[in-house]
Amino acid sequence: MTLSSVWQWLIEPLQLDFLVQAIWVSAFVGLVCAVLSCYITLKGWSLMGDAISHAVVPGVVVAYALNIPFAIGAFVFGFGATVAIGYVKSNTRLKEDAVIGVIFTGFFAFGLVLVTKIPSNVDLFHILFGNVLGISQGDILQTLVAGSITLILILLRRKDFLLFSFDPNHAKAIGLNTQVLYYTLLSVMALTIVTALQTAGIILVIAMLVTPGATAYLLTDRFDHMLGISIATSICSCVVGTYLSYHFNTSTGGSIVVLLTLIFVGVMIFAPKYGLLAQHFGRHSQALVDPEQYPDLSV
Amino acid sequence: MLQVTPQSPRITVENLSVTYSNARLALYNASCTVEPGTITALVGPNGCGKSTLFKSIMGFLQPSQGKIRVGGYPVQTAQKQQLMAYVPQADEVDWNFPVSVFDVVMMGRYGYMNLLRIPSPKDRRLVMASLERVGMSQVRHRQIGELSGGQRKRAFLARALAQAGKVILLDEPFTGVDVKTEKRMIDLLLQLRDEGHTILLSTHDLASIATFCDRTILLNRTILAEGKTEATFTPENLTMTFGGLPLTSLGSGFQTMERKTGVKS
Repeated sequence: MTLSSVWQWLIEPLQLDFLVQAIWVSAFVGLVCAVLSCYITLKGWSLMGDAISHAVVPGVVVAYALNIPFAIGAFVFGFGATVAIGYVKSNTRLKEDAVIGVIFTGFFAFGLVLVTKIPSNVDLFHILFGNVLGISQGDILQTLVAGSITLILILLRRKDFLLFSFDPNHAKAIGLNTQVLYYTLLSVMALTIVTALQTAGIILVIAMLVTPGATAYLLTDRFDHMLGISIATSICSCVVGTYLSYHFNTSTGGSIVVLLTLIFVGVMIFAPKYGLLAQHFGRHSQALVDPEQYPDLSV
Repeated sequence: MLQVTPQSPRITVENLSVTYSNARLALYNASCTVEPGTITALVGPNGCGKSTLFKSIMGFLQPSQGKIRVGGYPVQTAQKQQLMAYVPQADEVDWNFPVSVFDVVMMGRYGYMNLLRIPSPKDRRLVMASLERVGMSQVRHRQIGELSGGQRKRAFLARALAQAGKVILLDEPFTGVDVKTEKRMIDLLLQLRDEGHTILLSTHDLASIATFCDRTILLNRTILAEGKTEATFTPENLTMTFGGLPLTSLGSGFQTMERKTGVKS
């Protein structure tokens, strides 16, 4: 009795088309975010991601008012914010974090003013917190297009992005145009945020852009493994989070991010090499602190 | 006027001035030449503009005036032709980055690859040969943070070798390196010079310079002396460089440097 009724309870929502669709969309978003999150974690750009995500708000409102796809408006304003940040930073004596703080809050506030003044059917709550369960076909299409462009761009330039994150000076020394790399990576980030807008909302999108990469970074010393782990945790969290949010009638974006965070905390404590326990008991920490004590055969 | 030999390029710096955005003048009217096929040391106290000159030659920062030529080309052109390899200071590198020694050395080959950066058999061969040459083949799968101080230096030297640039710039290569590794690196630099590389390194280890550097450039905000090491390394010149002569508005870093070199010389 119990087994089959539990099974029923588990399987029942999966007969609902809109839920299955929401799970697919959020899994795709999870994939895109997970790939980019590895670069963002390594480059130290999480604050920049937060800035872009807030700066897209006026773009969404304007796009609806002009009756063009929201993704275009969001991308223009998100990318515009990064250009503004870059310009102010290099032309004033301010430090980057102060510039980011000023610019993104300015964009965001402008968006709030627009939402309350321009008559449109934009629901501020959906922009802020996402609404994947009620996503429209047109929005799915925009999500898929923005996400696919992101994935293709990263796939083509992944080695250069990695080199740029690791050693921008060397990238320059071998004749790469680091300015182009910088802005390509920023626009890829803006596109990813556009992709995740409907799923997580602008407040929580930064979690999807940082947490999977941060979790994976604690588990491995190899970039390709990091990428794999990041994708796995992100997709699992998105699928399970969306599913559970229906069952328990909770916020979808919130559920996904809570799961991501729980996995992160678990990894932070139990990771075999860089986890708190491993470091506390010092099984590996000696190797980290003092490589000199290992006999260096080749010197 | 410039003699461009394909084997070993010459670096010329003419009237270079660099001002930072906080209006601090880092270099003033510096002119010098790094002769082809030599090991040239760039010497001066901390904060004298060594790093600034280095970064200008590598194109990492935009000088406010002046001209730099490498093998007769502007810096960017020289870089596109893979003429210039750079060995960074240890503290410029994120040692926790998830890349292996092999990955790092392979980055030296990126400039030769197509846009997707897929290594060819030749790239792999050259990477292995470079690792072999610095004695790092056995540790090539290690994450870079798991290396000792000397191994870290050699990993980046191997990247420069893999890049096969005819000009190699090394920023403070002997900081935090034990005597054995330093000697080994010097032997390798001498070999590279004999193969026709032009090598410029910055250092404040005055003791070792005379043993292997053909030429020396003394720097303190501007070029104070340059030429063969025997000729430039005079007590008068060193006093002038380290003893606080022109443009003496130097910070406290300079004073500690002065004491250190006082002990050494």
